[in-house]
Amino acid sequence: MTSIGTGYDLYTSQFSPDGRVFQIDYAAKAVENSGTAIALRGKDGVVFAVEKIVTSKLFEKTANKRIFTVDRHVGVAVSGLLPDGRALVDTAGGEAADYRANYGSDIPLKYLSDRVAMYMHAYTLYSSLRPFGTTIMFGTYDKEDGPQLYCVEPSGVSYGYWGCAAGKAKQAAKTEIEKLKVQELSCQDLIKEAAKIIYMVHDEVKDKMFELELSWVTEATNGLHERVSQTVQDEAEKFAKAAMEEDSDSDEEDMS
Amino acid sequence: MAFPMDPFSCPPLWTGGPDPSGYYSFPQIQSRNASNFKGVSAGLKPQAHSQYPITTGTSVFGVKYKDGVVMAADTLGSYGSLARFPDLRRIIRVNEHTVVACSGDYADFQFLQEIIQQKQIDEDINGGGVTMKPEALHCWLTRFLYNKRSKFDPLWTTVIVGGMQDDKPFLGYCNYIGVAFKDDLMATGIGMDVAVPIMREVLDKKGVNEFTLEEAKDLIRQCVRVCFLRDCRSSSRFNMAVVNKDGAVVEEPTVVDTNWDIAKTIKGYE
Amino acid sequence: MFRNQYDSDVTTWSPQGRLHQVEYAMEAVKQGSATVGLKNAHHAVLVAFKRRPSELAAHQKKILTIDDHVGVSFAGLTADAKTLGRWMRTQCLHARYFHNAPLRLAKMSTELGNKMQLCIQGYNKRPYGVGMLMAGYDEQGPCIIQICPSANFYPCQAMAIGARSQSARTYLEKHLNEFKTCDLEELVKHGLRALRDTLPNEVDLTKENVSIAIVGQNLDFVVHENAAVEPYLSSIEGEERRGGAAQPQDDEPAAPSDDAPAAGEAETMETE
Repeated sequence: MTSIGTGYDLYTSQFSPDGRVFQIDYAAKAVENSGTAIALRGKDGVVFAVEKIVTSKLFEKTANKRIFTVDRHVGVAVSGLLPDGRALVDTAGGEAADYRANYGSDIPLKYLSDRVAMYMHAYTLYSSLRPFGTTIMFGTYDKEDGPQLYCVEPSGVSYGYWGCAAGKAKQAAKTEIEKLKVQELSCQDLIKEAAKIIYMVHDEVKDKMFELELSWVTEATNGLHERVSQTVQDEAEKFAKAAMEEDSDSDEEDMS
Repeated sequence: MAFPMDPFSCPPLWTGGPDPSGYYSFPQIQSRNASNFKGVSAGLKPQAHSQYPITTGTSVFGVKYKDGVVMAADTLGSYGSLARFPDLRRIIRVNEHTVVACSGDYADFQFLQEIIQQKQIDEDINGGGVTMKPEALHCWLTRFLYNKRSKFDPLWTTVIVGGMQDDKPFLGYCNYIGVAFKDDLMATGIGMDVAVPIMREVLDKKGVNEFTLEEAKDLIRQCVRVCFLRDCRSSSRFNMAVVNKDGAVVEEPTVVDTNWDIAKTIKGYE
Repeated sequence: MFRNQYDSDVTTWSPQGRLHQVEYAMEAVKQGSATVGLKNAHHAVLVAFKRRPSELAAHQKKILTIDDHVGVSFAGLTADAKTLGRWMRTQCLHARYFHNAPLRLAKMSTELGNKMQLCIQGYNKRPYGVGMLMAGYDEQGPCIIQICPSANFYPCQAMAIGARSQSARTYLEKHLNEFKTCDLEELVKHGLRALRDTLPNEVDLTKENVSIAIVGQNLDFVVHENAAVEPYLSSIEGEERRGGAAQPQDDEPAAPSDDAPAAGEAETMETE
């Protein structure tokens, strides 16, 4: 942040002299305070992984889920302010239902993400509103168009990705994603890689407890978005933990 | 999506665009058509809603047996007295424990079908619940149809909801004015007069708890057959649906067995 | 007079990505008297500490019945709680009218969250200044859901909100593993002990200032007041406070200090 507090950052409708809308940057900052979420687009589907930070042990396991199903074929992971995220998921669900009512078929992901992007963008235009403090990732798979993945940011831009990340460890996660040949991997492999990335970027010092949320929408699930089964979840976590141990072992060797 | 939204209103398909009928609205014709009604001077026209069904399906049948429900409907869509559409499916599977069958206006049924299916999707993506179990769906349909008719804009349909409500067979009826009931056996339309007595006779003797799937299917087939012979708006091709603890299945259409041997003995009417 | 220039309305993000107005609304919850919610395998229980504004006033109600299967206790602005309570009652009536079935609590909390979110994103509204504990029973079993002014909600095994509620949360965390298997009577006792831990030493729970609500399997939501709470109170009478305070809480790493944001609110306020 180059120039905070210059007096041009109080309202969404305000440009700073060097042409920035600071309120949007600040909203993006809210996303950076939240647990990391990643989405990977492999050759046969899209996988989501979310680092759900647990702030109290009084909460149930079901509390604070950050992966949602917007329509049967569309999965969503959100990072940032959770109530804002839920509001967006609700809007997206309405778009999907409207599309089906009007055209009788499932909403194309590009159209859906563009609609949600337009909606989010509208919240960056008025002094009476604030931008959404949420980054939202959409993924789907269908036979004709294969896997698709889009990510919409608080500014209201929507881009397609092979892999995207948001939240606390966005940069670190992105670096890890770039190391993978995502296009060539199947979701069976990607789900493990995704789990590993979340385990790697998790900051044990700052956030003690966390849960890993995993879901996918793939050829194998018939293009339906589903949370992964317990066996897949266990395997992925096992893989992630093993990879972490390997890492720390090799670190020790380096030191000696 | 949000709950307080009026669930009865259909979203406008085209707003703010040109009125296609505008090219043909000659002022004198409009005033002549509207002259019987109040508000002509203000340029108001009375609002007209559908007052009769157009493409119709005839009776549907449902009966409980000891482990579930059997339902049937023929596949004919009539256009007035014309047997217009030979292969309309009038029973839909909503989920693994619910099916809905419909007689009356087929377009209204399709409208209803889309709403029901979206409701099911909403529930699937929110992790399930009670609202699409047969009893809840029957209740919802009753509210829906009654509300529409109270606005003098009914859906011209009669629905039967069948399924498994918490491991017990369920069968519910609702017609286009919102009359609703639950029973062990039911039929819509002319089937109410023709088939119900047949079903009642069998069930009174046997009782639902003794009634087997095969017996129920035979009974339903018999009802369909009798209605095919008596009802001019029916066809011999029909769908059967079975719901029990193993799930809900709408079977592929079959044909009632009929015997026309006697036909060739009838002479003098050619 | 302002703490900073970014805290005057909900439509302004601070450079750290925080919403100060929302955080201030969270503070309103801590102004209200404490209430505790907890559950076992078949029941959910709310206990609440009632205050009275003056000697001449009656103790103010802290628990609202929403439907046969659900009710809420609250801490913060009572008027806001009643507004939300009325809305929830309407939702439940809708569910019963349209589906002849009680409203699922997961659905109710999601929709309540979406309703509350509306007033943390527009200039013309303020956040609700009330925190609530929703106790209910549906086909998923008993549940306790904490609802915050930030429009966040958290299904909990047990939770306490309101003034000095950290002490109650400490108690709850310590005994968390006992709740699932204990019987209803024991559960209410746990709730009362947790609530008592929030009180200053010179104040005690009395039949006038305590409400107890219970809901569960084959048991409609019922609120006990006055004479009806006496048996429960007498069952924990004379016990030492702070659960007999076996160990000091210093070795509890998960328990934040009293000044820290209420547990569960860290999500919106993660930045330090």
